[in-house]
Amino acid sequence: MHVSTDCQGFVVVGIRGRTRMGARCKTRTVCPRVQETPGQNDKGLTIARQSLDTRWPRLPQHGAMSYDFHRLHFRIRRRACTIALIVAVALLGQYAGAQDTPLISGGIGFFSNTNGGNTTYLPVLSPVLAAPIGPHLLVESRATILETFFPKGGGQIGYTSAPFLGIDYLQGDLLVSPHLTVVAGEFLTPFGTYNERLTPIWIGNFEDGPLIFGLGTMNTAMGVGGMLRGSAVSTSKYSIDYAAYFSARSTNQQFNSQRSSGGQASIYFPEAGLEVGASYGRRLQDTQQSFPGFHVWWEPVDSPFKLRSEYAHGAHSQGYWIETDYRLSRFGGPTSTIGRLEPVLRLQQTFRNSPDATDSLPSADTQRADFGLDYHFAHEVRIDTSYSRQFSSTGNRNVWETGIVYRFLFPTWKGK
Amino acid sequence: MRIRRFLSSCILLSAILLLALQTRNVAAASAAVPPAASSDKQDKNARPQPMGDGERAFRQNCSRCHQAPESFPPQISGTIVRHMRVRASLSREDERAILKFLNP
Repeated sequence: MHVSTDCQGFVVVGIRGRTRMGARCKTRTVCPRVQETPGQNDKGLTIARQSLDTRWPRLPQHGAMSYDFHRLHFRIRRRACTIALIVAVALLGQYAGAQDTPLISGGIGFFSNTNGGNTTYLPVLSPVLAAPIGPHLLVESRATILETFFPKGGGQIGYTSAPFLGIDYLQGDLLVSPHLTVVAGEFLTPFGTYNERLTPIWIGNFEDGPLIFGLGTMNTAMGVGGMLRGSAVSTSKYSIDYAAYFSARSTNQQFNSQRSSGGQASIYFPEAGLEVGASYGRRLQDTQQSFPGFHVWWEPVDSPFKLRSEYAHGAHSQGYWIETDYRLSRFGGPTSTIGRLEPVLRLQQTFRNSPDATDSLPSADTQRADFGLDYHFAHEVRIDTSYSRQFSSTGNRNVWETGIVYRFLFPTWKGK
Repeated sequence: MRIRRFLSSCILLSAILLLALQTRNVAAASAAVPPAASSDKQDKNARPQPMGDGERAFRQNCSRCHQAPESFPPQISGTIVRHMRVRASLSREDERAILKFLNP
């Protein structure tokens, strides 16, 4: 999750880098004021993008745009359809087997972020619904609901707030064969590892996502269409996974389609705890672009050490991140006071080849080091803290982040 | 100055890597044991049971990204595994093995 202030003190928010990079952005619009100020557009959304990202109607304090009631009506109707679908799925799940009761999981957290002297607070709820229907179908969805409390800015004292509600994914999964699953609906873009694996607030070690998150995920980090995925081979020596998708995501604004396609494949060696993978994404709309990427994960067997890394390349920029964490469970066990601590370190570097306002990377070469310390309480509660130092020719900055997350998991009803 | 700071960070990362490599050898000697064996600390002669297919599949797929939940009702174990089958691209065999591991 990331929060930053720019553009007349307006605070922009993102969860796990998704909204920061325009997870729900339908039309990429950059605030001119931000563009004029070097270093200020490195991070975060702009006023226009926030309004597009937020599926709530524009708040009065957000600007001069008037309500578009037709658009509002469309949004309300679509949201009602989504809720109705989720309820219907939950009801259908009653006929599932003894171990297939639909579940509700997710995380609830409270985060704070101090960036450039401005502190922002975010209570967040991220529920997950999974409902099996019969032996071969699963419907699942994840949403993000939050309220951002940020300084008013402009010399005014006090805080103001803005709500956010978004569906991260809502998809149906058809288990066609032991090695093939067909996914349809709104899904997380399978590029790299961060988007699909580490965006949940109860999993990721840092509140905000990596700087290169927008590369390959087409900024929105989600697609609407179809995807084929599965495990091609799985043995005790190695396993190979794959995913391929086509998306024709439409926008709220003018119903334009933002077509893209891509996929990824990875091989995992369990004895070494090593995973190596490659991703590819191609934007098929407007100026076509290709985004290759690679990732390496190394998690030694029977060791709490983890190393995760990704590299992504775009037409105008490229970058990588390396993250390591080591839970101190060797010191008295995982439930001891020391054993609950988990130091985390992440290094990032981005390179700007040519100006491009659409890839969401910083406008200049940037290096960033994130130092984190997580503490795992009992009963699925975790505290995350981190300090980040970012170096760039447009200005250096410090970012302090703290948060507490509770992960929940329970059945929708008692079941059989 | 900026490069020096970043180099310092890289050195710190290398130190952590070396620490991990060292602890890996220690970890191999004290490999995790199944819950049944770890709970019976009085029996010093108890041998760690070999890792089954389910535990292997669980470690290979689920534990790579997150810790296992502390507990959950058995009636949702099938849903959890099916959810993980899609998220972690499990094969049908791994899905069955993990389900058996969670519900022995």
